[in-house]
Amino acid sequence: MLQAVDASFGYRDTPVLHGVSLDVPAGGLVGLIGPNGSGKTTLLRLLAGTRLPSSGRLLLDGVPLAAKPRGELARRIAVVPQESQLAFDYSVLEVVLMGRYPHLSVFAVEGPGDLAVARAALEATGVGALEGRPFSTLSGGEKQRVIIAGALAQIWDPAGATPAGQILLLDEPTAALDLKYQLGIAALLQSLHAERGLTIVVSTHDLAFAARVCRTLVMLKDGRVLASGALEDVLTTARIRELYGVEAEVVRHGRSGLLVVPLAATGPEDRS
Amino acid sequence: MSPIRGRIVRAVLMFGGAALLTVIGAPLIGSTPISLRRAFDWSVPFAANPDAQIFFIARLPRTLAGALVGSTLAAAGVVFQGLLRNPLATPFTLGVSAGAALGAMVAVTFSPSLAWAGLPVAPLASFAGSILAVAVVYLLATARHRGLSTNTLLLAGVTMNAFFSALILFVQYFADFADTFRILRWLMGDLDVSSYTPLLSTLPLVGVAFAAFAWLARPLNLLSLGSDAAESRGLDVTRAQRVAFVSASLATGAALSVGGPVGFIGIIVTPPVRLIVGADHRIVLPASALFGAAFLVACDAVSRTIMAPLELPVGIITALIGGPFFLWLLVRRK
Repeated sequence: MLQAVDASFGYRDTPVLHGVSLDVPAGGLVGLIGPNGSGKTTLLRLLAGTRLPSSGRLLLDGVPLAAKPRGELARRIAVVPQESQLAFDYSVLEVVLMGRYPHLSVFAVEGPGDLAVARAALEATGVGALEGRPFSTLSGGEKQRVIIAGALAQIWDPAGATPAGQILLLDEPTAALDLKYQLGIAALLQSLHAERGLTIVVSTHDLAFAARVCRTLVMLKDGRVLASGALEDVLTTARIRELYGVEAEVVRHGRSGLLVVPLAATGPEDRS
Repeated sequence: MSPIRGRIVRAVLMFGGAALLTVIGAPLIGSTPISLRRAFDWSVPFAANPDAQIFFIARLPRTLAGALVGSTLAAAGVVFQGLLRNPLATPFTLGVSAGAALGAMVAVTFSPSLAWAGLPVAPLASFAGSILAVAVVYLLATARHRGLSTNTLLLAGVTMNAFFSALILFVQYFADFADTFRILRWLMGDLDVSSYTPLLSTLPLVGVAFAAFAWLARPLNLLSLGSDAAESRGLDVTRAQRVAFVSASLATGAALSVGGPVGFIGIIVTPPVRLIVGADHRIVLPASALFGAAFLVACDAVSRTIMAPLELPVGIITALIGGPFFLWLLVRRK
């Protein structure tokens, strides 16, 4: 279980998070929703242990993240950033193999076991056929799948299994994607969660995506938790108005579950 | 053998072969033609073998200086490129070479007061100069999270080069008249070492730098993903960046103290190497170092013979090739 307890954080003089508490239970699929600039990315960084809170605590199974060695943490928690641009022309397989970094000693090179994990991860994300392609030539959706495969390779065993308690954090995985690819990523996350027992935290500002994928939601506004709990309890007309300043109707749809229908903006448009 | 290890070995054999051929071939070329077979004929005593004397005393030190400077500057270029996530970053374009040149100038000009017992003063002063320049680059790079844009990088480089050039001219006022000519030649990039001594004295510094480069190869791959992604994969990004900055400065300083600020090596050498061997720094680094050696030794052979008996500073040749090549890279990237 991954927990934030009253965690605050700021960059230099700009405070971003104020006393955020949340629980990510083992095997959970948690959505982190909120407008742009609400602190979602920063909260994910704290959860990954790549930034330390200025106050409060981040705990993994009760142990502070700061007390865990980097390598051990990286073998438990992997991150998929919002956008991945590589400075040089790596192949798809090379990008995924970079996920094996925390499994190798200083001068070791990737062995057959690592290669098998990388290929299994590419298969799991549906892009096994792209392994030899240069990463830069892929479409946005394909790139996102390759990056997710790299994250899986980082937390998987050499046997290609997901050990219990491995956590995947995704930052706006669909923000730059067309509708078709958005649905593809949603289905991929659901299958990774259901079939491989992965614990997932995914941030998004897309309520439709959150409603489709997540069981639990945490609403973040101006660096504070506005509401958190089961999808049906949190995703209400009143909360959406409070979070986004938007009048919306939440309806139940036979095949896709909850559906959010935005109707109109309320009040003036403040920050972009 | 794992595939990656096989690729490293193949690249080292290929580029190492090229480097070895140029290092053996270059000393044979010059105003007095000599024969390789006679130079390596051990049955004739060394004192009575002019071919061996010319090969080992007159020409080999210069050739090895070319190999040392070329490989070190090319490898430092690769490290700066990986670190700043920009294929146009090299010691020369960043102004780090100019900083190192200033350091070496100060040491050479005021050497009587700086000659500490046994210490290689020029390389260390040159290292100090490059660290100074690199500190500025570091501040610029860390002020912006996403790495340096090409525009910022080139403008910073131009500014640093102008700044350090002015200081170099200022220091030159203090040099005596006889030294001025020597310094001017050195500033153009010149491999005219007269013995093995300067090579041996810089070798330990180069060795330390290359050991750091070997450690850096995999971290540089991760840094290509961006520093946040690298951090989440378990890399200590701050430490990797510091090791990269210091070791690349050390390499630049050591190379400069031998051959002067020879320009454009990193720019010319790394693009074709990346094209042939791919992006993995574990292959790009050794391949670039070996190709850099071969390239500078070949350029030096040209600079010694193209206007014989005049010997041009090799920096003129590398600039003639590198200037247009750099512009072409810049246009192609847009």
